[in-house]
Amino acid sequence: MSQFGLELNGTVDALAVTGVVLVEALLLYALYGGLTRTLARVRARHRDRRDP
Amino acid sequence: MDPLSIAMFVAFGLLIGTLFGFFGMGGTFLVTPLLLILGYPASVAVGSGMAFVFGTAVIAALKHRELGQVDYRLGISMIVGTAVGIEAGKEIVLALQELGLASGILGVAYVGLLGAVGVFTLLDARNRRRRGPSTPNGPTLAERIQAVKIPPMLNLRGGISISLWAALAVGFATGLLSGFLGVGGGFIRMPALIYFIGMPVPIAVGTDLFEIIFSGGIGTFLYAGAGGVNLGIVMPLLAGSALGAQLGAAATRIVDADSIKSVFGWMLMGGATAVAVRQIGSALNNPTLETVSMGLIFASALFVTGVIAVKVARALRATEPSSNAEASTRGGTP
Repeated sequence: MSQFGLELNGTVDALAVTGVVLVEALLLYALYGGLTRTLARVRARHRDRRDP
Repeated sequence: MDPLSIAMFVAFGLLIGTLFGFFGMGGTFLVTPLLLILGYPASVAVGSGMAFVFGTAVIAALKHRELGQVDYRLGISMIVGTAVGIEAGKEIVLALQELGLASGILGVAYVGLLGAVGVFTLLDARNRRRRGPSTPNGPTLAERIQAVKIPPMLNLRGGISISLWAALAVGFATGLLSGFLGVGGGFIRMPALIYFIGMPVPIAVGTDLFEIIFSGGIGTFLYAGAGGVNLGIVMPLLAGSALGAQLGAAATRIVDADSIKSVFGWMLMGGATAVAVRQIGSALNNPTLETVSMGLIFASALFVTGVIAVKVARALRATEPSSNAEASTRGGTP
């Protein structure tokens, strides 16, 4: 049964599923990377305020 | 799916992602058994596990790339060798199947190989600690393989130069074992990169993850075509592993190589014991032993993740006194 509720060709469906997994992985990497950088900036600012 | 199940998958993804980012392996023999226990059919357990491994490998490899720990030339050479080796391994299995010997030999070979690699890695890590710092070019076997100067030569990260044919041969050997045992091969490829090629451990992990992107991507595509990938499972697992993989990858920069090896060795020993118990349980038709086997696998995963966390905390604490001393010298507060 198609993941997306559509009667798609098996190959297209398989490509779409693989693509969804890849896109989710890339988005999550970007999201956590962005969070890490924001956290590092906040800690650096806190350190600078504490030790000017 | 209910919120509790989603939370459980996210938490499990975090655990496996950490192991994956740290070792470059661990997805296959943790996710698939979990999904089987939860009652999913085998094709969905294997297919969704494959998709999860693919997604996690993408994230972990990107993190290792950030840290300069992926050797693309070696990775691509090994992929070519591995692909040929897997095909050869598959032919051997088919031949054994015709003789009626496949099940027995494969079961023993899998446990034996897991255990042997685990013991070898543990002994190597222990001997290095006793001897002191390792030689610049790594273990003796790797030096011998590096001494084969048949062109073209590949200049790799970590200051290593190796013949392309040697890289293809190591890739073929690991692919042969993977195809023979029907496994992803991380636990074979990672030690091969360290002990046969002589790669520094963090670069071996990063390069291994780069290779898994390709094998995992192809596997995901094939299983998705057969309806074996359930995105409702894969997406929450990935959400947890995304953070875990980055933490695990970053930890390889902090924890020393011999500690990584010894923890890796212990995880393989735990895995070998669990698989042996499961095979005995299947042979005796004893579901209790199969449950014990699952418990052993998850306990090993939890134990190893805990050890990684403790080693990272100790390594970070060990760097604090130098930063405190620096601040005192400057006249500031630590």
